[in-house]
Amino acid sequence: MEAAAARVVRCGGSELSLRRAVFSADSRYLLCVSGDFVKVYSTATEECVHVLQGHRDLVTGIQLNPNNHLQLYSCSFDGTIKLWDYLDGILIKTFTVGHKLHALFTHARAEDSVFVTINKEKPDVFQLVSVPLPRTPRQDAEAGEPRLVLDCISPSPKCVAFGGQGDYVAAVRDFYLSVYFFRKKATSRFTLSSSENRKHAKNNFTCVACHPKEDCIATGHKDGKIRLWRGFDDERKYTYTCLHWHHDLVMDLAFSATGSSLLSGGRESVLVEWRDAAEKTKEFLPRLGATIEHIAVAPAGDLLCTSHADNKIIVIGRNLEACAVIQGLVRDSSVLTGLMVDPRTKALVLNGKPGHLQFYSLQSDKQLYNLDIVQQEYINDCGLVQIELTKAAFGCFGAWLATVEQRQEKEGELELQMKLWAYNKKTQGFLLNTKVSAPHEDRVTALCFRSADKSDVPTLVTASRDGRFKVWVLADDSDIYRKAEGWTCDFVGSYHKYQATNCCFSEDGSLLAVSFEETVTIWESDTWELRCTFCQRAGRVRHLCFGRLTCSKYLLGATESGTLCCWNLLSCALEWSTKLGVSVMEPDPRSEHVAAVARSSGGSDLFVFKPSEPRPLYVQRSICSEEVRWGVFVPRDVPEALASEALQWLNRSQFYFLTASQSLLTFSSKSPEEKLTPTSKQLLAEESLPATPFYFLLGRHRQQRGEQADGAADGERVQLPTTEGVPAVSELLHTPAHVLPSAAFLCSLFINSLLLATEAPSAEETPEDAEMEEEGERDSSEEEDAAPEQAQQAGLPDGGDGGDEAEALQQQLSKCAEKELRKLRRVDYSWVAVP
Amino acid sequence: MGEFKVHRVRFFNYVPSGIRCVAYNNQSNRLAVSRTDGTVEIYNLSANYFQEKFFPGHESRATEALCWAKGQRLFSAGLNGEIIEYDLQALDIKYSMDAFGGPIWSMAASPSGSQLLVGCEDGSVKLFQINPDKIQFERNFDRQKSRILSLSWHPSGTHIAAGSIDYISVFDIKSGSAVHKMLVDRQYMGVSKRKCIIWGVAFLSDGTVISVDSAGKVQFWDSATGTLVKTHLVANADVQSIAVSDQEDSFVVGTAEGTVFHFQLVSVTSNSSEKQWVRTKPFQHHTHDVRTVAHSPTALISGGTDTHLVIRPLMEKVEVKNYDAALRKITFPHRRLISCSKKRQLLLFQFSHHLDLWRLGSTVATGKTSGKFLVPGKHGDTLPLSKDADHLLQLKTKGPENIICSCVSPCGSWIAYSTASRFFLRRLNYEHDNLSLHRVSKMPACLRSAVQIMFSEDSTKLFVASNQGSLHILRLLEGSFKHLHTFQAQSGTVESMCLLAVSPDGNWLAASGTSAGVHVYSVKRLKLHCTVPAYNFPVTALAIAPKTNNLVIAHSDQQIFEYSIPDKQYTEWSRAIQKQGFHHHWLQRDTPITHIGFHPKRPAHILLHDAYMFCIIDKSLPLPNDKTLLYNPLPPTNESDVIRRRTAHAFKISKKYKPLLFMDLLDEGTLVAVERPLDDIIAQLPPPIKKKKFGT
Repeated sequence: MEAAAARVVRCGGSELSLRRAVFSADSRYLLCVSGDFVKVYSTATEECVHVLQGHRDLVTGIQLNPNNHLQLYSCSFDGTIKLWDYLDGILIKTFTVGHKLHALFTHARAEDSVFVTINKEKPDVFQLVSVPLPRTPRQDAEAGEPRLVLDCISPSPKCVAFGGQGDYVAAVRDFYLSVYFFRKKATSRFTLSSSENRKHAKNNFTCVACHPKEDCIATGHKDGKIRLWRGFDDERKYTYTCLHWHHDLVMDLAFSATGSSLLSGGRESVLVEWRDAAEKTKEFLPRLGATIEHIAVAPAGDLLCTSHADNKIIVIGRNLEACAVIQGLVRDSSVLTGLMVDPRTKALVLNGKPGHLQFYSLQSDKQLYNLDIVQQEYINDCGLVQIELTKAAFGCFGAWLATVEQRQEKEGELELQMKLWAYNKKTQGFLLNTKVSAPHEDRVTALCFRSADKSDVPTLVTASRDGRFKVWVLADDSDIYRKAEGWTCDFVGSYHKYQATNCCFSEDGSLLAVSFEETVTIWESDTWELRCTFCQRAGRVRHLCFGRLTCSKYLLGATESGTLCCWNLLSCALEWSTKLGVSVMEPDPRSEHVAAVARSSGGSDLFVFKPSEPRPLYVQRSICSEEVRWGVFVPRDVPEALASEALQWLNRSQFYFLTASQSLLTFSSKSPEEKLTPTSKQLLAEESLPATPFYFLLGRHRQQRGEQADGAADGERVQLPTTEGVPAVSELLHTPAHVLPSAAFLCSLFINSLLLATEAPSAEETPEDAEMEEEGERDSSEEEDAAPEQAQQAGLPDGGDGGDEAEALQQQLSKCAEKELRKLRRVDYSWVAVP
Repeated sequence: MGEFKVHRVRFFNYVPSGIRCVAYNNQSNRLAVSRTDGTVEIYNLSANYFQEKFFPGHESRATEALCWAKGQRLFSAGLNGEIIEYDLQALDIKYSMDAFGGPIWSMAASPSGSQLLVGCEDGSVKLFQINPDKIQFERNFDRQKSRILSLSWHPSGTHIAAGSIDYISVFDIKSGSAVHKMLVDRQYMGVSKRKCIIWGVAFLSDGTVISVDSAGKVQFWDSATGTLVKTHLVANADVQSIAVSDQEDSFVVGTAEGTVFHFQLVSVTSNSSEKQWVRTKPFQHHTHDVRTVAHSPTALISGGTDTHLVIRPLMEKVEVKNYDAALRKITFPHRRLISCSKKRQLLLFQFSHHLDLWRLGSTVATGKTSGKFLVPGKHGDTLPLSKDADHLLQLKTKGPENIICSCVSPCGSWIAYSTASRFFLRRLNYEHDNLSLHRVSKMPACLRSAVQIMFSEDSTKLFVASNQGSLHILRLLEGSFKHLHTFQAQSGTVESMCLLAVSPDGNWLAASGTSAGVHVYSVKRLKLHCTVPAYNFPVTALAIAPKTNNLVIAHSDQQIFEYSIPDKQYTEWSRAIQKQGFHHHWLQRDTPITHIGFHPKRPAHILLHDAYMFCIIDKSLPLPNDKTLLYNPLPPTNESDVIRRRTAHAFKISKKYKPLLFMDLLDEGTLVAVERPLDDIIAQLPPPIKKKKFGT
């Protein structure tokens, strides 16, 4: 492949609930894994503060450094453990272990070593090992030789827990609980009866948690029971209590920070708090929306959070009230609607929670909102046939949304409903306008709006397997009580009773193409007259689209048997055709390009071409190993000018695609080094400065003032400061609200920054600046002075005795303190004096 | 095994009465159980929980409290206001004494065993001194407002805790005044109940008082300050009983929902001495109220309205995996309630206050149509009844006392039964279908009450074991009787004989007492013939084989001995099986053998049964060893004789009929089996507390 090939990158939407989230020590931040990254969210504002990038594979575990709660360890399938400063998003160190790491654990007792889960020999035999981390100043280091702690454990981190004091580690798998005591270096194993009889049928362990203060282990089981084990240091005298509320398996357990209560969750989507670990005193937080996968408790004890199966993290206060929701891309089991782009918000729209349509922001990697389409309570019960949202389409620049939902019992009749939603500017959301029950007699296979000018009547076409396509238009539905408009069926077309498989409007909306199995029919959209038909006898037409812009005279069709055809609408003849098993075909709305993804033996291949030319512009083989289900072009806000000829097609829009395993991928023209630069730059910049946003603000301000002073000294320069140009203002606007200093500080600063510097610097200001400059000079000189001094001191201990050494140390300390003081003096406190 | 026609009888609608109190004696490892009808049973926990003694009930004596004192002395107190001491040797009531405080609700013996406390309806706590022959009233404590429902001594014997309604009082023994009064919260899950009844208290040596109450709470109180330390809400209904282990490291409570909760004192962390009480395992072995619990060193014992006595071993305390390591549920008495007249095919059922006489149905069919009878030859076939079973007679006793024992003669024309104070003999005359009953009057003065009654095979002699340890022989004549002889008890002992066996030829009488030891008397010469060597475990069943006069003895540890009476020694077969040992499955069986019979035509066969199996021991076949399957089902007919012979061993076991209360051979080819399905018993009990069951 040529050098200009675009890289396939995962573009967010990764699972946030893969592992337990971790709270920072002060509960202000919530850290969670997200694909190859670690994300730092603010618990107060739900905003993503930092994205810790650096791992080259899925991050499988994060834990705070027990010796420094401002640092975070993370482990990944790429075999490395990385240490981060999560507040500033800086990678501090990387330790290479060499095995695929499945989970990470830390505790305060094990100094300089962490615990990871690896599998060495057989694919399903996992071991918990302790990995010593060497103390080296280098950024990259080889981790020490792993020492085995427990063998034959479950790969899930939920199945391993460390005792509160770090005296023991408990691991569960299948029907046994193993406890390893670090002091005794012995393992105790407790087995539950797993006999076939009904009573013990689902005794399997699912998760484990350890009491932070007492010797008590809580285990969750498949039958919904929670067992509290005590006295397990004696293999005979151990005892356990049962708590039973869950009817389905217990997904996760957590003790509160003080251990006074136990939290449990499962498929019921109810968080249960067992106060004093007693059966009768339990509290519930119900209706959490989806299966609780993980529960994490803040070390400060004021917050806890639940990670859910629908890629959501709910931050919950101690009084069991949800206070923040961090929602990622919901991964439904089947994305029936495909990928769409909301023309208004440029958000990606697809199936979300069952019966919902989710609006997902690609830029900020978070869900914007959920639109409840089905508007029925979802009952989480296996074997129940649910109403499925199968089709959706946006029309008229996002003013209308059409959705189709269906439900079919095995033998029963098909329940079909089409809903049309109008965008309401007041509420900034979609409101149900028309509900059409049974729009067709069989499944709706395609749905498209006529992209037309504002003056035209909004028109929608639905194609169905019952052999008809229907045209729906917006008509006046007013009566004596109100003015209203609704959708009515305007025209029903059919072609030889073939099943309609696809439909598509031309760019200007003048022509409608409807494919009936193997035949493509072209209809005039004004009169609904059949203009012409194309038939290639090459299998049912699966994809159909018109060319755009200069290529609007071409119609493209891809068939099931693997033929891609291009018809010329002017000549009504086949322009070209090629053998290509197209699984996804998407036209770029901003250019003539059409992207087609075909399945081949090595995975999926991407072809980008213009309908006018049978030769592809750009080919990339095996973009991913699995099948690509859906793809979409998302227009860029600002067109990018890519130098490479081959990547011209990415200038105006970006191509996103969804694979069978629900990962959302895209093409990036940047090289990985380029992508990483921001972090490393930051690293350089922040090595010298304590990087609090507050400091940034003041530091910049001072700098600018210095510049201004320079400018003033140069001569008269009258310039009205624009708001964009003032860094104070931009900082104010761009810094997340929760990290800003209080408004009292900012107010004066803000006012100050708006003051015009037309007059010559006042008498007060000049000396101050001069002093500052002086100071700066002094600083530098002192720095130079300090170096030899230090060298001297380093030389001293060699010859001097112990007393001298201590003295020297003291001296050094006092020097350090002095330096510190000087540094403090350097900080600009002028803003305090501002009247 | 042979083929039998089986009468499967299910019309014995016996319902055991509910258990009210249990008291565990640590010294002798015995358990006293009192039932709601006033019966008191003594179980020997060392002898596989065999019910070795029982004291018949009495309508007016509703036992509310039961306790052991001074080692082997058993006291009970009830709502008639009397304290009763039992004579465990003579199986009789030693004396009863009115406490003069109205109905007695609770009783506790001091840790030293020298004093007895009773809590009465009028709110008084009375202290009695236990003297060697009797108890003596010592003094009253400060009277409380309402009845004293529970009492517990501090292990040092200086203080007591008394549970009343809504509060717990702590008394000082010396002054007899209340030191503290601890009020119990009436609130139950936010709802204020009218009263909170303290069903049980336990005083621990560190001064903690544990109380259980009707609001479902288990509460820990500090008796020094009179303050509440901790509350465990364990049930939605009453918690009715509590028992603490001797080490005070665990206790058990029973609730009205049928659940038993175990609490243990566990250390908070492994390296600190701080300990806390933790509710550990719940056990749901009961369907109804658990009225009482006991804590033996190795097991939790509970009993309640659903009539089961459940012994749940604590696995961590059981050293080796033996008989004690399994859960035991004792429902049926370990004595015979049914006797059978083989000649007339009659069954006599004994209830607490009446006797039922039934004639078995009969069939003419030998074919394979279904009905009520079974022919094991064509396995599982049911034969139609040509004549239904007949309820011939119901004999009610007068007076409040329960029937101790009863017997119908093999000829079917005599019925003998006894209560605690009277012995009754009835003569039955059959005239075609009519039945007439004659009372035989003028019983001899020595026949006051009987522990066991037995007729000789030819129905001419009646053997009666009285509760004074003597055996009486009566000759039965047409409508009258003659006292022949009395075997007096061995000099110095007053132990009564509980089991009797008569040889079919009428020459030998074997009798066994509560402690091991079987005496064989010669009826002809009217003297003691020999004594079978003593064995550690009590005898559960006795029988003498026809012709050979071998005495077969079953013990509670599931051992079986065969003793030749003429030779005065164990038989060869018995020595052989003792040498080889019984199959381990045989020894692990749950219930004792309650009946032994013989086949008249096959002298090598011994028929015996317990509650869950019927067994024919064929002495001619090789004994099973631990590798062979003990419970082998009937081998399929298509298998060759060789395989059949190879797998065959002496023990032929059928588990088809259970729970089996009685099984005997009527004639060569007919068996009668009396079953009492547990569901039928539960159906006759009052409905249990309704509990919401998930998914219903």
